[in-house]
Amino acid sequence: MATTPEPASDDRPIIEIIDLHKSFGSAEVLSGINLTVPPGSTLVILGGSGSGKTVLMKHMIGLLKPNSGQVIVDGEDIVPFGADELERVRQKFGMVFQAAALFDSMTVYENVSFPLREHSKHVKEDQIREIVRQKLGIVGLKNVEEKYPSDLSGGMRKRVGLARAIILDPKIVLYDEPTTGLDPITTDYVDEMILDAKKQLGVTSVVISHDIASAFKVADNIAFLYQGLIVDQGAPEKLRHSQHPQVKVFLQTWFGKN
Amino acid sequence: MSSEITKLNPPPPKPPGPLYSAVESLGSILVNVIEDIGGLSQLFVQVAKLTVRPPYRIMNLFLQLDFVGVGSIFIVALNGVFSGMVFAQQSARAFEMFNAESLVGPTVALTITRELAPVFTALMVTMRAGSAMCTELGTMRVTEQIDALETMAVNPIQYLLVPRVLAGLIMVPLLTLVFDLTGLLGGYFVSVVVKGLSAGSFITRTQQWLDPEDIAEGLIKGAVFGLFVALVACFKGYYAHGGAKGVGQATTQAMVLSALGIFMLDYFVGVILH
Repeated sequence: MATTPEPASDDRPIIEIIDLHKSFGSAEVLSGINLTVPPGSTLVILGGSGSGKTVLMKHMIGLLKPNSGQVIVDGEDIVPFGADELERVRQKFGMVFQAAALFDSMTVYENVSFPLREHSKHVKEDQIREIVRQKLGIVGLKNVEEKYPSDLSGGMRKRVGLARAIILDPKIVLYDEPTTGLDPITTDYVDEMILDAKKQLGVTSVVISHDIASAFKVADNIAFLYQGLIVDQGAPEKLRHSQHPQVKVFLQTWFGKN
Repeated sequence: MSSEITKLNPPPPKPPGPLYSAVESLGSILVNVIEDIGGLSQLFVQVAKLTVRPPYRIMNLFLQLDFVGVGSIFIVALNGVFSGMVFAQQSARAFEMFNAESLVGPTVALTITRELAPVFTALMVTMRAGSAMCTELGTMRVTEQIDALETMAVNPIQYLLVPRVLAGLIMVPLLTLVFDLTGLLGGYFVSVVVKGLSAGSFITRTQQWLDPEDIAEGLIKGAVFGLFVALVACFKGYYAHGGAKGVGQATTQAMVLSALGIFMLDYFVGVILH
């Protein structure tokens, strides 16, 4: 039975995950995840390759169904939801994919305006153009509207992906490995972009990453995922001094042994 | 001591015999076929439900009608002309032995309208449009463009698959008509111009033997094949996985399944219609 949305409250987490289990065949990928994301904060889920980060994120937006557990988004448990209810919940989200996932048959303008055309039928073309220009401005892009994704660099594609993700002013933006495969300068730019999106739009952000430097730059909270479990979580400074052996080993690769 | 060593290091299992392997691969093929039939049926039901549910993707439908239909007219027409010519050539050679050349026209007409036109048209559409559909959807799947649609609260089956399946259902029968027409023209050309048979006899005999039901049979088959090949291409592409290699494999499977399915359905639809 679907839960009815509770009245909004400032201290209620916007995303709450309770005892989430997920297996693919005999392989258990998530083994009892518990996680809360306060509204307006940035949570980075840090972990190595194959730790289950992407699977966890896909549960948050209902792209995957768990074997057991709850995923509560803005007061509603979305696990029992059908396609129609999930479509409604997904309008609260924007998602930036690892490789941007822009529609390669569409121009930048068509890509960014796509969610607006789908969900705001009565917006006029000149208004759409203005909103697209404004969102592209937030991510620092100008005069790229008529280009195709294949004409853009990796960093520009990610920025267009973010512009598309925030076009409907979502409550939550999910970032799937936003800095993977980018050079250090572009990585820094993407980090700034995440911070700007939070500052300018007040969105809650969930970032999955294995980039320690980026994580410590953008996060209000960091959760460390290892073999399907959150083994430690907290503010960056707290995690920096974690005594969990796997967290220590992982962070030593960036901070050094001392 | 030696028994303890055997316990710690058990001998490797014997390789399966040839009979075991043959049964195993047959079983695996059977499981795949059943999985495909189940998946196709499920997708068909989903597509049917979403076809009648708003929002209606009229622009997407027109784009697909153009791609599947208009884009295939030339190759279908060319295939029709040459199929009609070859069939008339062979029929004329056979009927000459019995002094029954006047039957060339009706033979060509009946064979083309009932069988060759829907089957060859569906094969042409499979090769040209089905492969492109499968590859495009597969690429969208592995580059997360389909996931992106879902996260934007857009139903990807309704947005991507419904227009493609409808285009197959609508355009293959229309292309079958194009094949009918060009096939008859090709048959007429070889019979009358090349072989010197009587034009009057060709036309009169064809009119005597060819009923509207024969053309309708071909069109019904065309609709069934069109629906099937579009559904197979969408099914294999939509559920493709495993990067570029996976997309390639999905396209190969879609082509093989479509071609085999066309010939099997041809028999069963023929039996049902008669």
